Amino acid sequence: MTDKTVPQSGHVVPAVFTRDMLDWLPWLEPVAADRMTERQLASLVDAARVKSDYFRLLARDPDVLEARTRTDKDIFYNPDAGLPRAERELAAATTSRLNGCIYCASVHARFAATYSKRTGDVDKLLAEGVGADLDKRWNAIVAASVALTETPISFGPQHIDALRDVGLDDDAIVDVINAASFFNWANRLMLSLGEPTPAAS
Amino acid sequence: MEADVIDTLAGIAPGSHLDSVRRTRRAVAREHAQKSYDSLFAPADTGGFAPLERFAVAVFEAGLHGQAAIKEFYVARLRSAGATDALLAAIDAEIAAAATKGPYGAYPKGPLSGEDTQGPVHRVAGRNREALGPRLATAFEHVHMLVFHPRDAAPPSLQAMLDAGWTTDAVVTLSQLVAFLSFQIRVVAGLRVLAAKS
Repeated sequence: MTDKTVPQSGHVVPAVFTRDMLDWLPWLEPVAADRMTERQLASLVDAARVKSDYFRLLARDPDVLEARTRTDKDIFYNPDAGLPRAERELAAATTSRLNGCIYCASVHARFAATYSKRTGDVDKLLAEGVGADLDKRWNAIVAASVALTETPISFGPQHIDALRDVGLDDDAIVDVINAASFFNWANRLMLSLGEPTPAAS
Repeated sequence: MEADVIDTLAGIAPGSHLDSVRRTRRAVAREHAQKSYDSLFAPADTGGFAPLERFAVAVFEAGLHGQAAIKEFYVARLRSAGATDALLAAIDAEIAAAATKGPYGAYPKGPLSGEDTQGPVHRVAGRNREALGPRLATAFEHVHMLVFHPRDAAPPSLQAMLDAGWTTDAVVTLSQLVAFLSFQIRVVAGLRVLAAKS
């Protein structure tokens, strides 16, 4: 018996990058919330994620989901040294903008705006794309994220020089590399396993 | 258990400066990037996604990124998983035929349509389809889309995988494997550049 995708229809398709809240509709059947095994529940790491179709779909491979989630949380939330949270989120939003993940960009643009208080610059990135002129420091982080996201990867010594010029030490540069690289992981899952729609208000 | 694969591929030696950054500042991310690798390439249960298929996808994806050393790392493991010379030759031929530049793709019709960029939709050549088999041939077409134009993703590509004999569970694991490698390859490339500047 061949498995089937779950077609979605009748929903509104967001056609612009936005900081608004979006929902995400799966194209493959998530594990039903009341049929999750103990291992699958544990793989969510945050129990509240059982409400998310995205995480219950990824729970079909719980070992990978748990390792993915713990990698994600350390790269973005670990407050020890490195890049300020706002700029890790800037790298995530930039990567999502370039790859074209409207859902991921909405989440991480909100975080970047919240932590930086630079809503205008974040909105400029969303509206104009990764060529937007923000300021010297943000331009360097955006350019590095873009170079890491392109295939083939175009990240080179000039990007390290530009990041050092605006005050990033090696801990912070590793955070830029990790954050942009991680969103190349996240974007591909969100883009290929489902699609966004405006959140029910 | 293998040594830390990102360290191996990025040439980060124990006790080096970047080893210290990775171990002291982001120890959890380092540990779980490795656990992700282990879960994808040496899983407790390979389910409907054989080790040979996993390493074949990895060789194809590293090749699409033009990362020769990372590709060789996965070629060695693909050989250990029992790949024939004919399979390796077919993967190389597909890499040569499929390599391009990304990301490209289309947006939902509207204000972003002006940013739509065209690029190839990869189809595995008939002569390579036999060596790859229908499951891997269909997977490679999906993988090419994920690597170069993920915003073009749509349900028919997933349904093609299911029709070629992949289960929903295996499609989720394949998606994770391709997406994880997109991460791993970039971390390695980035750390190599940083190491050379340290």
